[in-house]
Amino acid sequence: MTEPGAPLDADGLDDPVDALAAAWAAEVEGTSYVPMAADELQAHLRALAGLVVDGVLADPPRPEVGAEVGRRLVAAHFTGPATLERTVLLLARRLPAVWGDAVLPAVQSLTGTLAAGYAEALRDRTLDEQEAIRRAVLAARHHTEKALHASEARFRAMFHEAAIGIGLGDMEGRILEVNPAMTRMFGHTADDFRRLTVGDLTHPDDAPSVWRLYERLLRGEIDNFRLEKRFFRRTGEEIIGHLTLSLVRDGEGRPAYQLAMLEDATERHRLQEHLAYQAYHDPLTTLANRTRFTERLEHVFAEAGPDTDRRVGVCFLDLDGFKTINDSLGHGVGDTMLQEVARRLAACVTDGELVARTGGDEFVVLVEDSHGVDRLVELADRLLAALATPLRLAGQELVVGASIGVVEQAVTETTASELMRAADITLYTAKNEGRGRWAVHDPSRDEAETARFTLSAALPSAVAHDEFFVLYQPLVSLADQRVRGVEALVRWQHPRLGVLSPQLFIGPAEETGIIVALGRQVLEHACRDARAWYEEFGPAAPFVSVNVAPRQLQEPGLVAEVAALLDRTGLPSDRLQVELTERALTIDEGAPLKALDGLRAMGVRIAVDDFGTGYSNLSYLRKLPLDVIKLDGSFGEGLREEELSDEVDERIVGTLVALGHALDLTVTAEGVETAAQAARLRTLGCDEGQGWLFAPALPSADIARMLRRGTPLGPRPGDLLGA
Amino acid sequence: MQRPSWAPDEVDIDRPSAARVYDHYLGGLHNFAVDRAMAARAVADWPELPRIMQANRAFLRRAVRHLVAQGIDQFLDIGSGIPTVGNVHEVAQAADPDAHVVYVDIDPVAVAHSRAILADDPRTGVVQADFTDVSAILDDPVTRSLLDLSRPVGVLVVALLHFVGDERRPAEVLGRYREAMAPGSFLVVSHASADGAPDRADEHQSLYRRTATPMTMRSRDEVAALLHGFTLEEPGIVFLPEWRPDDPAAAPAHPERFTGYAAVGRRD
Repeated sequence: MTEPGAPLDADGLDDPVDALAAAWAAEVEGTSYVPMAADELQAHLRALAGLVVDGVLADPPRPEVGAEVGRRLVAAHFTGPATLERTVLLLARRLPAVWGDAVLPAVQSLTGTLAAGYAEALRDRTLDEQEAIRRAVLAARHHTEKALHASEARFRAMFHEAAIGIGLGDMEGRILEVNPAMTRMFGHTADDFRRLTVGDLTHPDDAPSVWRLYERLLRGEIDNFRLEKRFFRRTGEEIIGHLTLSLVRDGEGRPAYQLAMLEDATERHRLQEHLAYQAYHDPLTTLANRTRFTERLEHVFAEAGPDTDRRVGVCFLDLDGFKTINDSLGHGVGDTMLQEVARRLAACVTDGELVARTGGDEFVVLVEDSHGVDRLVELADRLLAALATPLRLAGQELVVGASIGVVEQAVTETTASELMRAADITLYTAKNEGRGRWAVHDPSRDEAETARFTLSAALPSAVAHDEFFVLYQPLVSLADQRVRGVEALVRWQHPRLGVLSPQLFIGPAEETGIIVALGRQVLEHACRDARAWYEEFGPAAPFVSVNVAPRQLQEPGLVAEVAALLDRTGLPSDRLQVELTERALTIDEGAPLKALDGLRAMGVRIAVDDFGTGYSNLSYLRKLPLDVIKLDGSFGEGLREEELSDEVDERIVGTLVALGHALDLTVTAEGVETAAQAARLRTLGCDEGQGWLFAPALPSADIARMLRRGTPLGPRPGDLLGA
Repeated sequence: MQRPSWAPDEVDIDRPSAARVYDHYLGGLHNFAVDRAMAARAVADWPELPRIMQANRAFLRRAVRHLVAQGIDQFLDIGSGIPTVGNVHEVAQAADPDAHVVYVDIDPVAVAHSRAILADDPRTGVVQADFTDVSAILDDPVTRSLLDLSRPVGVLVVALLHFVGDERRPAEVLGRYREAMAPGSFLVVSHASADGAPDRADEHQSLYRRTATPMTMRSRDEVAALLHGFTLEEPGIVFLPEWRPDDPAAAPAHPERFTGYAAVGRRD
């Protein structure tokens, strides 16, 4: 009976053999596992019970069937000793109870043979099963050993064929085994390696942390680490390796071996270095490039704390006239020149100074820790001196000049980008002051320079886009206060800054040469407007006085241009006056003078502007073909107050007027602002006046309207007389 | 370091093996002193244990017969242990001589023994693999040659899942078997539980911690969760002797003392 606890009612059965089988099943139930359902088990025991009863009741009794019953119990897997015990007790008690004491001897004999048969069968079964399980252990071990052998073979193959170097060392640092990849990497044989210790693989570049990690690994504090480390090949060459060192522990967890895996990263490293070099260097000159320079500069600022007293300096250098050389001698020569310049510049610097090529012919020297502007200036001098020796290129000696902008500042008072902007402006200043020199950054000049710099850059496109317009300020006869002429004054309608005064852009326009084109535009505007007035007012129309820059006078085509302009507009030449500054006239050269002669010969009047403010060499007044002198407004300032008049100013003005008249010149006073001033000027003999008292600068349409009214300008003449 | 799967475990008969201890409980003699000593300790604490193991084996027998009656003629017995007595192929082939059976165990000795006794039966085969390594079991050439997984199959995980801790995600693993089983297949599960005898189960669990196969008792709800996705055959999840007994009248008075659950689920 396998289902435990299933009770069988042995006494409810009529057949004594069935009843015996049921009682037997109840006794042995649970003593061992028997793979039978309850009915199967009962059938099995019913057969055995039949054998037992037949054997006991036979005449003579056949107790030997007990052995067969014992064997069949074991065969059914009644292997628990309790089965035998309960079976013997059941039979000894139950058989005499049912069939009488007469069967007792037969029962005793039968239970004896049953026990012997059971024991024999169980012994055989035990021996068989023990042998089977031991054979299974042997088979499993054999299988495992084969698998281990195969696995070891795979490990060996892996060790031998691995592309990375593998080495095994003991805890004393002795190298026990290395694989072929390792021997190839180092050029040592495996035997060479066995004579080495881990300590022999030290490299001077090893960070202290490498060996600290190693000590910790040996102590078992860490199980592995990975880092980049350099080694020497047998030949002395360097290996850069990615090293992984691992601790191998024994069965009890104690450190037993160290296992190194080394990947040769030398080539990759070289490639990386090459790429890094390319990213940071100018291929032509091998100097640092703009990226490198910018990074270094920004690093200086990033590194310095807020309380630093660190100073930084740059020399920003630009070759003079490089474009000409490149254009005329070819790029090959230009490149060679740049290389030679780079070599010379590089020879000028020492540690802590970085030379970079930041653009076509732009170089910069960065002084990361500056000790004052004097050192920077010395450096700039050295740089210029280095370039002073002519270069021998393409079979000729070439002199290359350079201009340098020097900036030296405390890190706390600027930023990297501000510093470079200052360097840019300062370089521009140096170029402007004449080439082949350095200029030092002057913060106070910076603002003005910045404005000039920006406007200057915008001028060419402004001229091209016709962003300029002309206003006219009347020149009035002091005798009757009527308009005799107008001065053309140019304004810039700047797209972002609004209307700009000529003070802001004439300087840059002259420096850049764009004044020639601008002047041409102003002349054209003025002549057209004057021609319009002439058409309307005939002989009463005013002349127009136009400023001409020295640079324009040097233009060989000026006279022809003016002639063509007059011709084109139909303006009579006596309605055009050109104003020149005194400074322009002192240039002792032929071309301007010839131009003046030409203009005057045409009938154009010539005026000297700002008379008395230059270094007056009065002799030129006689030599030059002049018609008018315009007294600078500063001379009239002392005459403005109604009550008080500066006697010295009065005498100077009187003298200048007398001088002009002596030379048969018309004298015009600028900056006339008060009636008293106008009256005094007239008393002193001045012919014409110009200024706010009469009219501001006005659009041409307003001038036309004023002329149509025909009234005198300014206060009534009587007021002037009364002064 | 994770041991590579192709690096074999050693055969260590100085440690008790769950397979051999189980054999001893069933009255088998395929075991060693170390196994019997462990069984003796366990029985000292929990005298009913041999009866529980026998009840488990009897459940296996009834379940296989039930499956054969449903037309199942191929079986995958995972965690089969030492095929000592009342094996699946014997039970199945008694009803259907053409039934095919694949035995799976991780214990190398159990596998070697199985191979020895099954060598002459072409309808049976043995695979050494872990229960959680589903593809290793299903894709093994032995499995592929004996079982046709496009047809219904009986998958037996009898007295196995309590040796699979939660960290090895038994529910997920069973899900993967379920995916591989054709509709009409069955899953046979028995599982040790502390529900019937909490104190004894605790001690027993700690005893097994010393073996290569520690034990995880699970509650009825936890066992139900493992069977997710299967439709339970009557009478559902019950104590071992309660599952379709041969003689319903002969059911034990205290089935909860056979503290283990039995269930058969159908893959629809």
